[in-house]
Amino acid sequence: MNTTPANVLEVDGLVVAYAVKGRRAQPFRALHGVSLDIRPGETVGLVGESGSGKTTLGRAVLGLAPVAEGEIRYAGRVISRLSARERRALSAEIQVVFQDPYTSLNPAMTVGDILTEPLLVSGTARASAEERVRGLLDQVRLPADAAHRLPREFSGGQRQRVAIARALCREPRLIVCDEPVSALDLSTQARVLELFVEIQERTGVAYLFITHDLSVVRCVSHRVAVMHRGRIVESGEATAVTGDPRDPYTRRLMLAAPVPDPERQRERRERRRSLKAAAAE
Amino acid sequence: MTHSATRDTPGTPDSAPGTTRRRGHPLGRLLRHPMAVVCLVLLALIVAASVCAPLLTSAGPTRATLADAFAPPGGGHPLGADSVGRDVLARLLYGGRVSLLGGFIAVAVALLIGVPTGLLAGYYRGRSDAVISWLASLVMAAPAIMVLLVSIAAIGPDTNATMAVLGIILAPGVFRLVRASVTSVREELYVDAARVSGLGDTRIVRRHILPVVQAPTIVQSAQMFGVAVVIQAGIEFLGLGSAGQASWGAMLNDAFANLYTKPSLLVAPGLAIVITVAALGLLANALRDALLETGAPAARRPGRPGAARPSALPAGGDDSLLAVENLRVTYPARDGERTVVDGVSLTVRRGEVVGLVGESGSGKGQTAFAILGLLPPEGRSEADRLSFDGRDLRGLGRKERNALRGCRVAYVPQEPMSNLDPAFRIGTQLIDPMRRHLKVTAREAREKALGLLERVGIAEPERVYHAYPHQISGGMAQRVLIAGAVSCDPDLLIADEPTTALDVTVQADVLDLLREFQQERRMGLILVTHNFGVVADICDRVVVMRTGQVVETAPAGRLFAEPRHEYTRMLLDSTLEDAPPRAPLRQAPATGTSLQEKV
Repeated sequence: MNTTPANVLEVDGLVVAYAVKGRRAQPFRALHGVSLDIRPGETVGLVGESGSGKTTLGRAVLGLAPVAEGEIRYAGRVISRLSARERRALSAEIQVVFQDPYTSLNPAMTVGDILTEPLLVSGTARASAEERVRGLLDQVRLPADAAHRLPREFSGGQRQRVAIARALCREPRLIVCDEPVSALDLSTQARVLELFVEIQERTGVAYLFITHDLSVVRCVSHRVAVMHRGRIVESGEATAVTGDPRDPYTRRLMLAAPVPDPERQRERRERRRSLKAAAAE
Repeated sequence: MTHSATRDTPGTPDSAPGTTRRRGHPLGRLLRHPMAVVCLVLLALIVAASVCAPLLTSAGPTRATLADAFAPPGGGHPLGADSVGRDVLARLLYGGRVSLLGGFIAVAVALLIGVPTGLLAGYYRGRSDAVISWLASLVMAAPAIMVLLVSIAAIGPDTNATMAVLGIILAPGVFRLVRASVTSVREELYVDAARVSGLGDTRIVRRHILPVVQAPTIVQSAQMFGVAVVIQAGIEFLGLGSAGQASWGAMLNDAFANLYTKPSLLVAPGLAIVITVAALGLLANALRDALLETGAPAARRPGRPGAARPSALPAGGDDSLLAVENLRVTYPARDGERTVVDGVSLTVRRGEVVGLVGESGSGKGQTAFAILGLLPPEGRSEADRLSFDGRDLRGLGRKERNALRGCRVAYVPQEPMSNLDPAFRIGTQLIDPMRRHLKVTAREAREKALGLLERVGIAEPERVYHAYPHQISGGMAQRVLIAGAVSCDPDLLIADEPTTALDVTVQADVLDLLREFQQERRMGLILVTHNFGVVADICDRVVVMRTGQVVETAPAGRLFAEPRHEYTRMLLDSTLEDAPPRAPLRQAPATGTSLQEKV
């Protein structure tokens, strides 16, 4: 084993299959042999439409989806088949920010309790945990008194900041971000994305950034992988994949996203139509 | 890119209704409930009186003095004496102990069995769930009274043991309730987040799952307590309780035997049972209000656009299809009223697509609903003018509105799936409105529906026609709803975020479809959206809204080229479509070495 692996995360030929009800039913394969790697401090964007398997990949990395074949390695160590105890130990290294800031925070706990909980579990003393929470709130630009309030007192964007603070509290090296800005308003979305980039530049954390929104993925990712029906159809640097896509599906996807300019949008519409007509023939 | 992150000022007022208001501790909420306070005081008095029985009366509950038989109230017996001269007050007070202890035993046993098994089955599911659920069903299927009588026959007449058996009989109810609450909460994202945070199962259950289970269980416990008191009294009444102990049921038994000699003996035990059980039942209700439900403001009469003052303007001639002037929508709030739409004016001409754009809480959706007349019952709307094709919509009755809706004014919702009734086939849902509004035969309607399904790009119209909503995808459901919306040839179509729930490729197709129908039929179209790409794709004119007010109205070309209002500019600046892509990672920080170096 190498001493310093170049990648934080390596996914190799990953197959995720869910058991289907019924005795003779074949298990449903959500991923068909997906491979991907993430370097320290890097953001890899995972784009795809609903049912493409992008969320499943993120859940598999977090240990929340059943791995049938293939391997997931974190810092060179295989983590795809860990016991519950080993998985808990890994929680200091790999964290998550979910899509929905409304259901990902326990409505009955104060923001302070939500943030101290992971620290207390890992054996931090209460006083230093509270000290750390104050620092985290400042880091995600929430006021210090936020710790005493309940999630429902915050707007969507602020709740997502709480979720980001929770992910950061044990100083992980990788954060899986599952559609973290899709539920937010346009102006809030831009600011939360800025926060993600800022935190990365300061702490060197790596992101697996899952989203359906191409414009989001382009401005936040160093590299992009496009998923379609459980496979990665194209991957590469963000400028290349989003600027000059090679795969026909990626091309269709890019042209389908409308741009806020009536003239250019008309052009893109025509190109998409001709592409579609060509595909139909 | 980083410097402006501070703009999302923390503590800015939230747009979601009622979120900034603190609801306070549940106990505080309970104590604000007058009925709860009355019940709690009554129950506390009953408990105190039972516990302090020896202090309140010197008479023994079982000491019979035949000379005092049927003694009237007064003198040595404040409430009189029964058929063998036992003091009624003493029996009532000491009997309370038996009843309360019995209820307590039954509830405790039910909770001790039901809560842990419910947590286990709901959290881990799988085999343990199957086994426990089967056992629970078995116990539930057994007739309770028979089981109790058989257990009395086996154990002997011991009230406390019988109550423990009753607890076992009640346990499956608790199990079911706990299991259902756990199953619903364990799917929540915050439970996943806790797992990723490295919390063990025990801690997740204690911190995240138990609090959710707690409230319904407390409510059910209060109800079970009442049931246990009644059943216990029944068993004592039948003479199957512990021998020689005073209890409310035994008092009733004695009173019943002497019904013709001294009916007033029924009063004391009867009242005690009724008051205890009623207090427990009402307390359960109050607990439910305090713990489970958020108090909704009282509903008012259905809001209808009030004819505030007659419009000074002539009814719209020319091309205008819809004219709205100074529309206001308000909801009752604790401190008076909350205005969600404040003085919105807009017009839609035939064949024109108007985009209603704004962030959440801007009132764009409420404006659309007010035009459709579909506000929830407590919402009220007023306008100086609200006319459709020259006809005043204000003050239209429900019947006239219905005739207009679905026929001349159609609606496409945001969530396609929740707008199809899962109990009916797609075909039925498409032809019913046509038969009603167009007065066509079933056969004609069916043909038209199939034609429309084909038209909206569904590959197998026949199959989808006979399918139930759950058998089709979200994109297909939206196509079906568009087919339904245009089926009666409306003049105006109101689409509320019609593509928000859809994938981008499907969104592009749905927008194409809306555009085709709109151009072909010269329909007016109001498109409510937050996506400026969608606006650029389809809209002729744009109305930008913020916190219930219109900030800018402009033709689409001008709005994108030179937005006049600061807020519009801010929104357009926030769009990421034209933001530069992020550059590739230059040098790997800290420990990282590049692949080439390693090889």
